[in-house]
Amino acid sequence: MNGHLLLEVENLVAGYRDPVVGPVSFRLNRGEILGLAGPNGSGKSTVLRAIIGRARIFSGTVRRGHDPIATAVQAQRPVRLAEMPITGREYLRLTGAARRAPPPQLGGLLDLRLDELSGGQFQLLHVWACLESPAGLVLLDEPDNNMDPGARATLIEVLHQSRTAGRGVLVVSHEHDLVESVCSRIVEVAA
Amino acid sequence: MSFADLLHPMFLIPFVNGLLLAILLPLVGAHVRLREEWLASLGLAQAAAAGVMVGAFLDAPIAVVALTAAVVAALAKSFFGPKGNESYALMLLLGWTVALLLAANSAHGDDLSHALTEGQLYFTGGSHLQALVAVGLVQFGLLPWLAPRLLLARFFPDHFAANGRPNPHHEIVFDVLVAVTLALAATAIGVMAAFAVVFLAPWIAFRFARGWFKTIALGIAVSLAAYVVAFALAFRFDQPIGPVIVGVLLLLGGARLFARH
Repeated sequence: MNGHLLLEVENLVAGYRDPVVGPVSFRLNRGEILGLAGPNGSGKSTVLRAIIGRARIFSGTVRRGHDPIATAVQAQRPVRLAEMPITGREYLRLTGAARRAPPPQLGGLLDLRLDELSGGQFQLLHVWACLESPAGLVLLDEPDNNMDPGARATLIEVLHQSRTAGRGVLVVSHEHDLVESVCSRIVEVAA
Repeated sequence: MSFADLLHPMFLIPFVNGLLLAILLPLVGAHVRLREEWLASLGLAQAAAAGVMVGAFLDAPIAVVALTAAVVAALAKSFFGPKGNESYALMLLLGWTVALLLAANSAHGDDLSHALTEGQLYFTGGSHLQALVAVGLVQFGLLPWLAPRLLLARFFPDHFAANGRPNPHHEIVFDVLVAVTLALAATAIGVMAAFAVVFLAPWIAFRFARGWFKTIALGIAVSLAAYVVAFALAFRFDQPIGPVIVGVLLLLGGARLFARH
């Protein structure tokens, strides 16, 4: 493995009780945003869950780079409780995402309770919390869920800005136009 | 009894014991509620009650056996049980069965069962006070380390697994802390009152507070207010403390109807 490699997935067959996806192979280097695209039900999220040890690996390998590196994971369905007295600012502090000011769409929401945010606002906050954390490897699962066109445009802008030399981002999405607009490479996962 | 009697150590120490519980229970209760494991409070309190009965049946130190039972139940849940309220419901039913069967078949079982239902705060003394102070120091000492991890695990449930720690230590530490606090509470104010303070005080605070530490602070404030009023009423009118605490908290819970959220 070279020093730029963050993640190497080779001939991965993964699932839960039975295999649901694979074989899939790809490499993610520092400074890259890699797209994992495919239709709903193709097993893209299962690949992501296998990477973090939440899905069973039937065959193949998942290898991290040599240097230990923190990982941030954006869940496809972020945890939303009926009552969440946590503020947006506290939420960002949990992941250490306080390095730079959030986009204007989020700036005015940071002192609200999480249960006062709309689904799209909360999703954007969740993605921002992961992207702006100090993690070197960021895994995003359908990051534009629940977003209206305005929030989606902000997401794309934020993803472009998140491309830094030391970090790699893996974007799982069934929206081809999203991965095409933000990713340096795209890996297709067949249904 | 008059309020002047309250200054007598016989009543003062139990009063302080209750005050400490009114601070410590909502502190763990807020985190339990955030984890949607509020049934934990009833399950663990019932496990402690079963421990009291086991202690009485075996003629062993009751407080030690109650604490041990609650901690063992919490550890069993951590290591083997399903996550969430299911494991606490099983714990609750098992504890209830064991407690009542042993009560029916031991010499002082009925009296103890009665005490666990109504609360026996007036009979708690210096050893309870020492245990509560120790648990309080541990709770407040661990809070800056524990709270961010509990919140991170709640809102980013894959974070620890993704970073090579699928079973982070803070989970077990928290479960044991909840168990010890609930065991001390159940053996002082009764099973149902312990549950009520853990559940109702944060339930009220979650509706009104904005920010996590404000939520904890409001939960403690509600709990303290309810406890002081309940103690005064129970003391003045010679009523069992447990049901009075629950009643006052239920009345305060009506404030949720006026929340803007």
